[in-house]
Amino acid sequence: MKQNKYKGWLYLLPAILFLGVFMVYPLIDVVVYSFEEGFSFVTQTKVGTGLYNFRYVLHDTYFVQALKNTFIIVIITVPFSTALALLISLALSSIKPLRNMFQTIYFLPYVTNTLAVGLVFMVLFKKTEYSDGMVNLLIKAFGGEAVDFIDGPYWAKMFVMCLYTIWIVLPFKILILTSALASVKEDYYKAARVDGTRPARIFFRITLPMISPMIFYLIITGFIGAFKAYSDEVALFGTDLNAAGMNTMVGYVYDMLYGNSGGYPSFASAAALILFAVVFTITCINLMASKKNVHY
Amino acid sequence: MKIVLDHLTKRFPNRNKKIKEDVIAVDDVTFEIPDGKLIGLLGPSGCGKSTTLNLISGLETPSAGRIFFGDLDVTVLAPENRGVGLVFQNYALYPHLTVEQNITFPLGNLRGKDKLTKEQMHDKAVEAAKLVQIDQLLERKPSELSGGQQQRVAIARALVKTPSVLLLDEPLSNLDARLRLQTREELSRIQKSTGITTIFVTHDQEEAMSISDMIVVMKDGAIHQIGKPQEVYDSPVNLFVAKFLGTPPINVFNGEMRDGKVFIGEEAVLNIKSTENRKVYVGIRPEGFVLASGKEANVLTCDLVRVEVMGRDTSVVSKHAAYTGATIRSIIPSEDVADTSSDKVHFTLKPKKVYLFDAETEETIDFEVR
Repeated sequence: MKQNKYKGWLYLLPAILFLGVFMVYPLIDVVVYSFEEGFSFVTQTKVGTGLYNFRYVLHDTYFVQALKNTFIIVIITVPFSTALALLISLALSSIKPLRNMFQTIYFLPYVTNTLAVGLVFMVLFKKTEYSDGMVNLLIKAFGGEAVDFIDGPYWAKMFVMCLYTIWIVLPFKILILTSALASVKEDYYKAARVDGTRPARIFFRITLPMISPMIFYLIITGFIGAFKAYSDEVALFGTDLNAAGMNTMVGYVYDMLYGNSGGYPSFASAAALILFAVVFTITCINLMASKKNVHY
Repeated sequence: MKIVLDHLTKRFPNRNKKIKEDVIAVDDVTFEIPDGKLIGLLGPSGCGKSTTLNLISGLETPSAGRIFFGDLDVTVLAPENRGVGLVFQNYALYPHLTVEQNITFPLGNLRGKDKLTKEQMHDKAVEAAKLVQIDQLLERKPSELSGGQQQRVAIARALVKTPSVLLLDEPLSNLDARLRLQTREELSRIQKSTGITTIFVTHDQEEAMSISDMIVVMKDGAIHQIGKPQEVYDSPVNLFVAKFLGTPPINVFNGEMRDGKVFIGEEAVLNIKSTENRKVYVGIRPEGFVLASGKEANVLTCDLVRVEVMGRDTSVVSKHAAYTGATIRSIIPSEDVADTSSDKVHFTLKPKKVYLFDAETEETIDFEVR
């Protein structure tokens, strides 16, 4: 018996070592950094210990801006992209001809590189010396006034940002939802048809509850993904996101860690912990909500 | 309600697109179901019995032919306007709804003057649940019910709108053996107490025979025989029907009608009036064998394989060169079984349990014993 006990641990050892060195230790380190004031990687020295880092980060206008941007992106893109994906999946599963072609088209953004998609959006929205971008051409054609979507007003930039995010997360959600819809047994619909159930009632009373686990999965992962947004912003607005006013929380952490040659690991750690706390809270709320609303 | 199927045909496009020919699932089916009866649609899988059921329910539209409920032509009527209740093979209960919500689901579709209040719905649900004896389970979810209980819920859901026709697709196939016996009695009871014309589909002949007022035997989309279970069993129209009904199945031999006798191998087993000479299949029901000593006239001699004692009856398993299958199975009352030590076994035959089929057409040949 005793020998067996050690054997089990022995089998676990590689995984424990690996996870310990590359996951647990850095995580603990981040927590430690966040309480050490003015820690420097180069000199390995600190000024003191305390909550100063958190206070600094929370008062930093760049951080507040990043927090605001992140929340706007999350609140707009998650519901919109999920609802839109559901609509498209429903449409896809109700048509027979050309379904495969449409599925492929909707899936294209998923296999396209973020930066390549960024380039496409530049063509659509960026003002250059030669062109105002395709969208502005359209706006002008309808008698509107050209807007600078990339270097212009905040709402215009946020609009492009949200559109971009929704477009990029859509394919995965469509993929998940079409397969979820396909997995609802045909007999349920047949039973409903024999009873003369109206389409709206079929959708809300049968289809939606049946695919609710997948919808909540998408909402939870959607929230987490949107909170971690960063590369999409870089693809659209370049690396100096603070200057563009379009920074996100992950972007702020990154800038703090590597900006100004050497950076401020303490501030970065504190910001990362705040991000973690936010994501953790939202996920908990999501899970509680899903327990109430997800059936079986 | 009386149901009439008039030259009903259903073709499906072939799944293999290279084959242009359509698959004919139901082929020119015509029959009439009297009001208030329990009808079993019986046949091997793929014979078109489920498609027939779907045509009656309105889930499928026929390629040709007409369907009448009473005097009303319902051929192109949508399922919800036909007043049918349908029970699916896997019950298709909504897993996220309670038993009561499942039962009242069809009532929630009623609109206008038919719309019911919550209390009315509840009363109807309780009434339907009482009929199938699940009224104490109304708060449960389908996943918390046994297979038999789930099926009762499905039947209650089909009955709650008081349909004029109740359709059941393989109602007993998802239940274990003991429950199947119990449920088929239950089905019969429910049908009798409601008086609703009921059609059920099954591939299990025992199931169909035991509770149906009338059975319809189908094969390859066509009807082979319609009649009361005992009639169909006693006088099958062809070899297929004879083989399909009865457990253990009928024993079929290659035989011959010659000089007023029926021959199996070189042994004459029956004297008949007809003097026609032709090749035939000789079908003998397992209960048509009588053990003999071998000294009697018209004896069939087989090689004994083994004797299976089953209590009331004994099953004698034997072989014969002219037999079309692997082993012959005869059922003998246990008290008649005496000596089984020999490697040969002799039978005389009960003429009423012997059938002759044409070797070419496999149709039944009527004959009289001399």
